[in-house]
Amino acid sequence: MAKTIIEKIWEQHIVFEEPGKPDLLYIDLHLLHEVTSPQAFEGLRLNGRKVRRPDLCFATMDHNVPTRNRSVIKDPISRKQIKTLQENCDEFGVPLAGINHPDQGIVHVIGPELGLTQPGKTIVCGDSHTSTHGAFGALAFGIGTSEVEHVLSTQTLWQSEPKTMEIRIDGKLGFGVSAKDIILAIISTYGVDMGTGHIIEYTGEAIRNLSMEERMTICNMSIEAGARAGLVSPDETTVDYLRGRRNVPEGEAFEREAERWLALATDEGASYDVSHTIHADDISPFVTWGTNPSMGSGIAEHVPTSADYDKQEDRDALRQALAYMQLEEGAPLSSIAIQHVFIGSCTNARLSDLRAASEIVKGRTVHPAVTAIVVPGSETVKRAAEAEGLDQVFLQAGFEWRETGCSMCLAMNEDAVPAGERCASTSNRNFEGRQGAGSMTHLVSPVMAAAAAIEGHLTDVRNYMKEPVPQA
Amino acid sequence: MKPINEISSVLTPLDRKNVDTDQIISKEFLKRIERTGFGKYLFYHWRFKADGTPNPEFVLNDTRFQNSEILVAQENFGCGSSREHAPWAILDYGFRVVIAPSYADIFYNNCVKNGILPIRLQEAEVTALLEKGKQARYRLDVDLRQQSVTGEDGASYSFDIDPYWKEMLLNGWDEISLTIQYDSYIQAYEEKTQQAQ
Repeated sequence: MAKTIIEKIWEQHIVFEEPGKPDLLYIDLHLLHEVTSPQAFEGLRLNGRKVRRPDLCFATMDHNVPTRNRSVIKDPISRKQIKTLQENCDEFGVPLAGINHPDQGIVHVIGPELGLTQPGKTIVCGDSHTSTHGAFGALAFGIGTSEVEHVLSTQTLWQSEPKTMEIRIDGKLGFGVSAKDIILAIISTYGVDMGTGHIIEYTGEAIRNLSMEERMTICNMSIEAGARAGLVSPDETTVDYLRGRRNVPEGEAFEREAERWLALATDEGASYDVSHTIHADDISPFVTWGTNPSMGSGIAEHVPTSADYDKQEDRDALRQALAYMQLEEGAPLSSIAIQHVFIGSCTNARLSDLRAASEIVKGRTVHPAVTAIVVPGSETVKRAAEAEGLDQVFLQAGFEWRETGCSMCLAMNEDAVPAGERCASTSNRNFEGRQGAGSMTHLVSPVMAAAAAIEGHLTDVRNYMKEPVPQA
Repeated sequence: MKPINEISSVLTPLDRKNVDTDQIISKEFLKRIERTGFGKYLFYHWRFKADGTPNPEFVLNDTRFQNSEILVAQENFGCGSSREHAPWAILDYGFRVVIAPSYADIFYNNCVKNGILPIRLQEAEVTALLEKGKQARYRLDVDLRQQSVTGEDGASYSFDIDPYWKEMLLNGWDEISLTIQYDSYIQAYEEKTQQAQ
């Protein structure tokens, strides 16, 4: 029978099954960071338990780390959380890329970089954006701290088999449209809870044509659509990305693995519980105007009005969102002035994101009313970008070039947007106060963020790009 | 965790949909390395004004709902981050039951692993509860074993829950202790996959 990749990976990982119970699933890779792990390690200690497979764990520090001066963590509670992870990893034998390690970075950026993320694996982390790793055709999902402790202790999780959902993007992406615009368009079309109880597989021509880094951007925000996981079937793009990375086999052994990976792809004729199709032509550069990721539109459009909604609860939600965002109904999106630009996060801080943004920035100057920062996703990304001179492009334009970490995506470190100020951000959440108490977030792609930094307001990046001449 | 079966309490109506975990517990309070002490930060930026004084508009500051153990909200409650600090804050504040039409998956799991009962009712039923709860103090009897919610006016609703989670909640079991009983299966799985490589 034809199967989806979701069903194939699930079946391969069942340790125990019994009717009326969730399945006991084996976990191949457990990623950890400093915020959601301390209580889990403490639980192990209190019960005299060990980490069953430290060799299948990998930890890093990302949420709390400073992006200016690595040697000083001013906040004593942040410092303690960082120190606690170091001590826990030492005590339980868990490999760690600590704050001064050359591999340190945002956990969802370094997993793929190091070749730890591979097709067919079950991957968990105490972080909802674990869905990122689904880009490789892995079953990757975020878990809470109790589940972190459960995986540390048993290398398994009890999970009820989810429903499957296909989101197909047909056709070719238009000029100036990026992966971030695809996922924002999906969420705005179907809502922030469309994926609840489902795992999404992204399919179709537009997805096939994306690079691995672009696929990561899309899978990363599956959780913003309510799905715990989102994935893309592995293909030659996946195999090419992994060839030669640390932690993947070499030579003939790699080719054998690659064959196994490719066989995981969803079979022709397999069916999903739910299927949606979007045409790539219909997607334009996107911005959010509200307080959840579904509240967004193409840049040429306006903030909606109450008249656009049939249901009272939707009108209430619009009113609450606009009150927080200090926006008027019907305002043109391109008129919204911003004071901050953040290019970073597990969604959009990889080398290709920085390259794309730098193309827009090159030879231009950040608007005087704007503070703009670039926070590379990992030390590896940072080194590679500097080797290409991208840091100089950003610095010359007036951006700050920072150390790596989660930074202004959630402002757990010192990088916060002040109350009452607005940020064009390449991150994933525009919730109230996400980037700092009272701050207002507009989610955009890296190129849109770059253009906003130059103009001082949200703007259509296509005005900054040369449209390629169609081939005859 | 503490077992849960019958809870009788006034409900607290939080009439919003898509309440995200950033609102339930804001990031500045995630730095603690303990599981307790988060209750005073629950819904912090809705509960308190920028100067730190209580916001009288917010439902948790309404004296009618003091000591309530049942929180009622609209759909997709707990969306966003996987932070278990969200249910820890809800529990530490004093809520044992949440009622909503739907929940984000990770948040739901995090609740049942901490002895919080997340009840799913129909949207119209939740709307009715919110309306009654906003008009006056409205008492509910929640019975997990019977899977029922009964209002003081006799209005009664039934809810579904996975039998596995129901058993865990009723008994307050520690899931890891249970899973350790399956160790032979885990070992067998590891041996099998080792050989395959």
